[in-house]
Amino acid sequence: MAENLSLTKNPDLDAWISITTDGRVLVRMGKVDIGQKISSAVARLAAEELDIDLSRIVMFRPDTIDGPDEGMTSGSNSMEESGNAVRLAGATAKAHLLALAAVALDVEPSGLEVSDGVVTARSTNQVTSYWELQGDKPFGVPIDINAPVKPAALTTLIGRASPPLDLADIVTGRHVFVHDMNMAGMLHARPVRPPHVHARLASLDTKVLEQLSNRGFTVVRDGSFLAVTGSDEHAVIKAALTLADAASWTSTRELDTTNITEQLTGNERLSMRVVDGVPVDGPIPLMPARPAGLKASLAARYERPYIMHGSIGPSAALARFGSDGLEIWTHSQGIYLLRASLAELFSMPIEQLRLHHRPGSGCYGHNGADDAAVDAALVARAMPGTPILLKWTRADEHAWEPYSPAMVMELSGGITADGTITAWSHETFSDTHVLRPRPGVAGLGPSRLLPAQFLENTPTIVPPPPNLTHHGGIHRNLEPLYRIKEPRLIKHLVRGLPHRTSALRTLGAFANIFALESFIDELAAAAGEDPVDLRLRHLDDPRARACIEAVATRIGPLDQAPEGHGRGLAFGQYKNAKAYVAVAVELAVDDTAKIHLKRVVIAGDAGQVVDPTGVIAQLEGGFIQAASWTLYEAVTYQADGITSRDWQSYPIIGFDNIPDIETVLLDQPDAAFLGAGEAVCGPTGAAIANAVHRSTGVRPRQLPLTPDALRAAALSN
Amino acid sequence: MLSLTLKINGATHHLAAESDTPLLQVLRNQLGLTGGKLGCGLEQCGACAVLVDGESRLSCVAAASEFQNKDIVTIEGLAGEGGLSSVQRAFVAETAAQCGYCTPGMIIAVTGLFRKIPQPNDAQVQDALADHLCRCGSHARILAAIDRLRREV
Ligand code: FES
Ligand code: FES
Repeated sequence: MAENLSLTKNPDLDAWISITTDGRVLVRMGKVDIGQKISSAVARLAAEELDIDLSRIVMFRPDTIDGPDEGMTSGSNSMEESGNAVRLAGATAKAHLLALAAVALDVEPSGLEVSDGVVTARSTNQVTSYWELQGDKPFGVPIDINAPVKPAALTTLIGRASPPLDLADIVTGRHVFVHDMNMAGMLHARPVRPPHVHARLASLDTKVLEQLSNRGFTVVRDGSFLAVTGSDEHAVIKAALTLADAASWTSTRELDTTNITEQLTGNERLSMRVVDGVPVDGPIPLMPARPAGLKASLAARYERPYIMHGSIGPSAALARFGSDGLEIWTHSQGIYLLRASLAELFSMPIEQLRLHHRPGSGCYGHNGADDAAVDAALVARAMPGTPILLKWTRADEHAWEPYSPAMVMELSGGITADGTITAWSHETFSDTHVLRPRPGVAGLGPSRLLPAQFLENTPTIVPPPPNLTHHGGIHRNLEPLYRIKEPRLIKHLVRGLPHRTSALRTLGAFANIFALESFIDELAAAAGEDPVDLRLRHLDDPRARACIEAVATRIGPLDQAPEGHGRGLAFGQYKNAKAYVAVAVELAVDDTAKIHLKRVVIAGDAGQVVDPTGVIAQLEGGFIQAASWTLYEAVTYQADGITSRDWQSYPIIGFDNIPDIETVLLDQPDAAFLGAGEAVCGPTGAAIANAVHRSTGVRPRQLPLTPDALRAAALSN
Repeated sequence: MLSLTLKINGATHHLAAESDTPLLQVLRNQLGLTGGKLGCGLEQCGACAVLVDGESRLSCVAAASEFQNKDIVTIEGLAGEGGLSSVQRAFVAETAAQCGYCTPGMIIAVTGLFRKIPQPNDAQVQDALADHLCRCGSHARILAAIDRLRREV
């Protein structure tokens, strides 16, 4: 098994699990719940290994005080890291408890039985319990990474459907988001931002400032950072508008509105060859030679625009600055990295910063959470002793969250007379997908926090280095899983682009798989091949094949859709290492070139399934989100700023285009867990494009597939 | 400041608010009813829906003063002595939430729909949910919860 970083960093059992005298088992983890129900799955693993009832488990919310530091919650790693760590912690704890019980009851451990934490000696019928043996005491032992875990055949909780832990609170309105927190003496706050990222504060109308202050508001200013606070939230919202009117801004530059594809393919860039999923140094190879006698030979360029996380709840944070330091309640996905970056920004000892994770609205990546925490901290620091609940407005969220970058994918390849894919080349052009604060490396911590860019003393912004990890950002799923000889794979990290970008669900994989799985269909069509056969012939992994076969049989023959409908499918294994997912779509395109999704089949193999309800929700939800990116979404902007500032100027999918979805889980008992949170997105985009092509004859290569884009594609095809 | 009388979840509240303070702000910040969410403040997302005389209404823009002499029910007021309401139970049974930020508004909209039309057709369902956004893609599960309710009626 690959190294589990969560365990390497936090080897002690006590960091993860403790037992109380009143019969509860407290489980701490460092990954955060962001709607993906990771804590439900992890609770189940702990209860399973310890042989206790699920209701005894108390999942702690991550904080930087006494939980394990598990870095970021991202990359579909949570089940593999937290899940496996807690599973081994549970197994270690059980072995430890049985050893204690054996001494207490004076029998061999093999002569003991456990039922819901009560331990009985078979020979004497004497009993003790976990709570008696270990209540409120530290274990004082490391986690045994070789502890035997329960085989699937003996499990009673794993793999069975049950509602997530927090659902009852969610449906009754009791689930507390950061936005809902309250504290004695708390003030509300709103930031006031410049019109665009290059603008700086020139002056503030002092009369307005005086009026605001007379009405009980406090304005916090540091350089071009502006915020306003007061006791009544609605009054603060209005005061922020007044303050915005009182500010005048200057700028030496505007947003570059040159066609983004031209910028992506024409700007200065850092190019690297990708081999076996990893970028390597060395010259960029020439295009592969195309052998004579090919059945088909093609080149195509695919494009997708900037898109946003678009959380339904705007980013927010609660902060309090006291004599003992700074305390922050945040929905950041990486509270440890944020803490270290804040310590650098404020030149504070790290122990004086305490961060608590609290639920936010689903974010699916690096949205405004960290930035809002810094906003709140800046205001709190200026008003010591007063708790500050700062929220972004809808317009703040739309205009200032870090976007997912626009991308261009250029593919070429051919099919030989015997039906083998050959001469494959795939180049991807993109800005970075990873701009999370990375404290400790010069320029990569504080400078990546939006509010820091507006301060009097601005940390120097350093262009992000290329991500060199296996299937990292731009090159995530650049490497096809298909058996193709010597594919030419190039990532281009492009500089000087107009917007701040960072991680959104799947990073580069969505666009790469959209392009590659569209291109496979294009090749099949050009060679007169069946696209399912072509894929299966080039796949050795039986688990990959099983997913494709599952959706192909269920959707029905691709060329026999009902009148007016089209069918298409696509496949991907996320990072070529996580869950395998195939998606088949049936849709109709109406006279106005609008796409109506009708029927969808998703087949997923996420290894051993711990929580089927959770995995199905991730697959269905991921499909719907990716369908929204594919059909509707593009950030719009002009020289003087972002124009996508609400849900009308940045539309997302609604209930009027939700197809019937059938989800098939190909469970693999006793196989490793494979992260499933992102795997469905890439295949979704390509399956829709492939179905559009089969239904209309038009090959769409430019996202989003709006009626305008489809009409343009029809003209250029 | 206006003095207002609002009937919320069966109880009468006397309070003071500016003439333009939205109902949502009064609910969340004066009465501690934080179940309804501020998602956009622009009547575009549905996160702030409450029942007003049995119908689902957005509360993030309309002033609290417009809701006097009306019967307001928030998400907190749906569960009764007998436990969760049928709509809440259907949402749990179908796992019709991920992060849960949009969920209270969705439940209010569905409750309003079934109060008015015990057996709504698909077009009526679409109509009731037209104002409601979800970023987590819970739509299919929410529609499954509605199907379950249609079967139960
Ligand atoms: S918050 Fe009221 S509709 Fe969005
Ligand atoms: S469940 Fe997250 S926004 Fe709907």
